[in-house]
Amino acid sequence: MSALEIIINLLSWFFIVSGSVFVVIGAVGTIRFPDFWSRLHAASITDSAGMILLVIGMCLQAGPTLVTVKLLIIGVFLFITGPTSTHAVANAALVTGLRPPEAEGLIGAEPEPIKPEGDDDA
Amino acid sequence: MFVFAIFALFIAMVLVLVRLYAGPTLYDRVLAVNSFGTHTVLFIGVIGFLTGRPDFLDIALLYALINFVGTIAILKYFRYRAIGDVHQRPTDREIGH
Amino acid sequence: MRNIGIAIVFFALWLLMSGIFEPFIIGLGAASVLLTLFITSRMDAQDGDRVDLLLAPVKYTKYLAWLMLEIARANWAVTKIILARDMPIRQHLFKTPYTQKTDVGQVIFANSITLTPGTITVETEDGHFLVHAVSYSEDDPDALADMDARITACETAGGA
Repeated sequence: MSALEIIINLLSWFFIVSGSVFVVIGAVGTIRFPDFWSRLHAASITDSAGMILLVIGMCLQAGPTLVTVKLLIIGVFLFITGPTSTHAVANAALVTGLRPPEAEGLIGAEPEPIKPEGDDDA
Repeated sequence: MFVFAIFALFIAMVLVLVRLYAGPTLYDRVLAVNSFGTHTVLFIGVIGFLTGRPDFLDIALLYALINFVGTIAILKYFRYRAIGDVHQRPTDREIGH
Repeated sequence: MRNIGIAIVFFALWLLMSGIFEPFIIGLGAASVLLTLFITSRMDAQDGDRVDLLLAPVKYTKYLAWLMLEIARANWAVTKIILARDMPIRQHLFKTPYTQKTDVGQVIFANSITLTPGTITVETEDGHFLVHAVSYSEDDPDALADMDARITACETAGGA
């Protein structure tokens, strides 16, 4: 085993282990946080840090093959859709009337009322 | 290393399932389902590496697609009470409930 | 011209995903690319909705690198909140103005806000986003304005 392989192995160890740790932290956050709005943020830790680190670690492990390309496609796909579905959940909750609890001394912004006739982008 | 990742993902999935069961609101559950899907995609990928069959990545990619479309479809249903064409937006905000 | 570009991208995607270079399989790939092109051109005739990527590639790559650093920093901050015994949560919903002209620029800004844990774009309205922060501090709006300026700098043309 050459020195380069050892370095790549160590790096992928580091990425996969830290990614796993972030995934567990995100899941712990979804349990520990007190309300829905803060849980959104915990879930997005798994979506960003956990996913990115795990995919990079697996890419290093796979080496320059088609497997790496597939992993990168999965990574890019999750990178785009992760925040989109988080936004969709938050937006649906806001529209149906759920409001985040504001911290002391802060006044939350109110969304503009939707016009009843609706528009094309619905 | 992959065994460690499998264990971590498994623990995380169990925790997310607890949140899915506990709720309390509908949106907590949708969030938990979506998060569970992301975990599953990573889980399938890691299992592919653990068993030396990277073909599993195709399944993971497909699962990611289905998870995203499914989440959006569920949320669209909750918001508009219809999956197909939506001509009328809800006026819940005006009623203010 | 546009269709040829789409066909090349689709076919490259097929080759990369299948990894089998036999004539029969490649023929199947070509057939499915043609079918997809047929469907997309029909869809285009239906709504005429097109997305143009009016982005400067080098600047955008630099922005992505900066975003990665920002994601790492934000992840660390939220991790500390989750693991802290008393969980110092300070939730706030506030308005963030955006200055991007193109749809793609606005999508990138909104998704970047959501990608950095700790802030989530909740609603998009004319001229501003509603952003929810889990541990709001007074310089959060300035940080988001900085991100906004960086994305606006990536845009090459002021589309509709």
